[in-house]
Amino acid sequence: MLLVRRGSASDPPGKEGLAAVTADMLDEGSGALSAIELHEALARIGAQFDIDIGSDATLVSMTTLNRFADRGLALMADVVVRPAFTEGDFVRVRQLRLHRLTQLRDMPAAVADRTFIRLLYGDHPYGHTPMGSEHALASMTIDEVRAFHTRAIRPSAATLLAVGDCEHAEVLQLAANAFAGWDGAGDDQSVAGWPPAQPVVVPARLNVVPRPSAPQSELRIGHVAAARATPDYHALVAANMVLGGQFVSRLNLNLRQDKGFTYGARTAFDFRKLPGPFALHVSVQTTATARAIEESLGEIAAIRGPRPITGEELALSAAALTRGYARNFETAGQVARAAAQLALYDLPDDYFAQFVSIVERVTPDEATRVLARHLDPARLTTLVVGDLDVIGRDLSLLNLGEPVVLSADTF
Amino acid sequence: MNISFSKHTLANGLDVLLHEDHACPIVAVNLWYHVGSKNERPGHTGFAHLFEHLMFEGSQHHDGGYFQPLEGAGASLNGSTNADRTNYWEVVPTNALELALWMESDRMGYLLPALTEAKFSNQRDVVLNERRQNYENRPYGLAPMAVLAALFPADHPYHWTTIGEIADLNAVRLDEVHAFFRRYYHPANASLTLAGDIDPDAALALVAAHFEGIEPGERVDAVRADAALEGEIRLRLEDRVELPRLYLAWLTPAMFADGDAELDLASDLLANGKTSRLYRRLVFDERMATDVSAVQNSREVAGFVQLVATAAPGHTLSEIERAILEEIARLGADGPTDEEIERGRVQAEAQFMFRLQTVGGFGGKSDQLNAYNIFVGDPGYFDRDLARYQAVTRTSIPHAVQRYLDPTRRVTLSIVPRGRLELAIPDSTAAVVS
Repeated sequence: MLLVRRGSASDPPGKEGLAAVTADMLDEGSGALSAIELHEALARIGAQFDIDIGSDATLVSMTTLNRFADRGLALMADVVVRPAFTEGDFVRVRQLRLHRLTQLRDMPAAVADRTFIRLLYGDHPYGHTPMGSEHALASMTIDEVRAFHTRAIRPSAATLLAVGDCEHAEVLQLAANAFAGWDGAGDDQSVAGWPPAQPVVVPARLNVVPRPSAPQSELRIGHVAAARATPDYHALVAANMVLGGQFVSRLNLNLRQDKGFTYGARTAFDFRKLPGPFALHVSVQTTATARAIEESLGEIAAIRGPRPITGEELALSAAALTRGYARNFETAGQVARAAAQLALYDLPDDYFAQFVSIVERVTPDEATRVLARHLDPARLTTLVVGDLDVIGRDLSLLNLGEPVVLSADTF
Repeated sequence: MNISFSKHTLANGLDVLLHEDHACPIVAVNLWYHVGSKNERPGHTGFAHLFEHLMFEGSQHHDGGYFQPLEGAGASLNGSTNADRTNYWEVVPTNALELALWMESDRMGYLLPALTEAKFSNQRDVVLNERRQNYENRPYGLAPMAVLAALFPADHPYHWTTIGEIADLNAVRLDEVHAFFRRYYHPANASLTLAGDIDPDAALALVAAHFEGIEPGERVDAVRADAALEGEIRLRLEDRVELPRLYLAWLTPAMFADGDAELDLASDLLANGKTSRLYRRLVFDERMATDVSAVQNSREVAGFVQLVATAAPGHTLSEIERAILEEIARLGADGPTDEEIERGRVQAEAQFMFRLQTVGGFGGKSDQLNAYNIFVGDPGYFDRDLARYQAVTRTSIPHAVQRYLDPTRRVTLSIVPRGRLELAIPDSTAAVVS
């Protein structure tokens, strides 16, 4: 697994989607191998090969049988260091991504995610998903991809992780051979150097992307919250379990198990290099839209003080996190992804050894206090992707102002 | 490949499979009931899955949600229903094994006393919302309903989807739950696997202590049904989508039957991944499609291959259909290359290994041991299963392709943007989905 500490937040302004299309182009041929030949080579060693991109990082991962470790590493190095980046492949890949963006307009969850992040962050580097925009993609060139690769995919920004039934020294030698000659020319601009995230404009309290005759409304409720480096990290993780981070969370028990409005509700703090979003994700039956928003806002407001986290709730959440901790480290892939977090967020080497005891020390008061600190009901923005004709009247009675109507193509 | 296990059958008929793996201090508890939507009847569809939801709502000696105590013990847990079986699993820290067994045994033996109209009606609402989220409000989401209904006759148990029809879900009554539970949820229709950090003797004693007292029910007979397509069925559906999509489906052999492995590999080499023939032609070279995929759905009573491709703007479903049928005919006539066979075998081996990296959850060793035990009566079927793929040859694949992927006996479904019926394959009739 190769972690590169550059992701879609490194997209230059107006070039939203460049990091992702560059990542997508890595396995479209390399050195002497065409795109198809490269994938034939991967298939011959039974490799599972993936490239994932987020705002802060790009992750190239491969799982293969032990006896193919040498060949696997060599192919990974080819992909990362020596991509072919031909004009023809680029035009094809860009077209496929444009088609994909077209299709995403019909997927309520995708529309909600893309619109919500834009509402919260505006033009900030976190204000777009890795896919970027149709407008930016349409004008992108292979030269820009090449330049981005040179600038961003470089050894000083990368960490190689190998996990499995193998000898340390042997893998080190294989990696040294495979990645020999990868040089580090280029700038070293990092997302960490940017100013803290502040939305350019304060979003409206209530926003709607109309989806006529939709049987459900897709909801997002949240605001920009905490960075991965916050000293409140462990307390927030535990507190979020109570609010919306597990099956028995307040929000899921309320919206699903009590009201039957939804198949499931969850909240998450998306901890990133810079302050990431806090968001409630839920899809509710159309007729229950306004009530679900009311209940959700009520739960978020209540947990900050009026109905603070109880000792029993926190004990359950802490136990779920700590007693179940071991199963996060069962497979080679899980261990590699965990170790990649250390490299991405500059966590101490003994981070995983410390996790359980730190979570166990969180008190109910502290859990309530960190939610009060990082969640502000007055700043919460609600987005609905749903049937405005049916829900419009109920929404206008929510005291969140008249809903601002957006289109799936707005951004 | 060798997954060591021991198999024991309690006096009440419950199969118990034990597998030791001390790499991580966790145990997977995995319980299969040999019942799925194939055991439903027309007019009562969606029942097996709705029932699965009720299994998490409490039992006589723990009359409350099942997530609370188990999550509090550090477990992850879930369940799932498909056409052929229903499973429930917990992955617990080693010291919570007894809690998981106690809870599984309580809902196997004593579910009904805790079941109320309120829980029932709440979970029906949840399931209706699951259906809206995953089918009705999802682009192309109603395709499975249309394809299954066309492939299998109305009284065939694969005619409907596991999520069921809305009218049926609304009509279901609480007393049907009682009858269903008694018929299918008992030790003699179940298989329990413990995989992970266990001492087999102690684990077996724990299982016996918790499950031995549960009375067996009557043996459940295997479901038998026939299906045959006499010609081509052409259907269309309008949906809120931007790009038209083509579905082709054929009836094929059941799970583990002759031809199943061949069609599994044929699906891969035709349409899965960048090395596949159809990806190369449709997406890479001629660029008439944005994606293509195929799968041999291996089920207990019958199988079906489904091949799906989405048209790129400016291209028609008819163009895509023609290219697909040409490639199928070519594979049927000439067979795969040696290189394709070799890749298929290595990938099959690697996929087997990857699946067995975990002790539990969905997939993993415990789920696989139960699958082999329930479907072929032999939890140690791993080697024979893999051997089916190693035995595939350059002649057995085209033989299966010719026999089963017959262009004159198939279901063809076009899903087109609303109001754009002219984009469907010509002569298609409107599919009725409910």
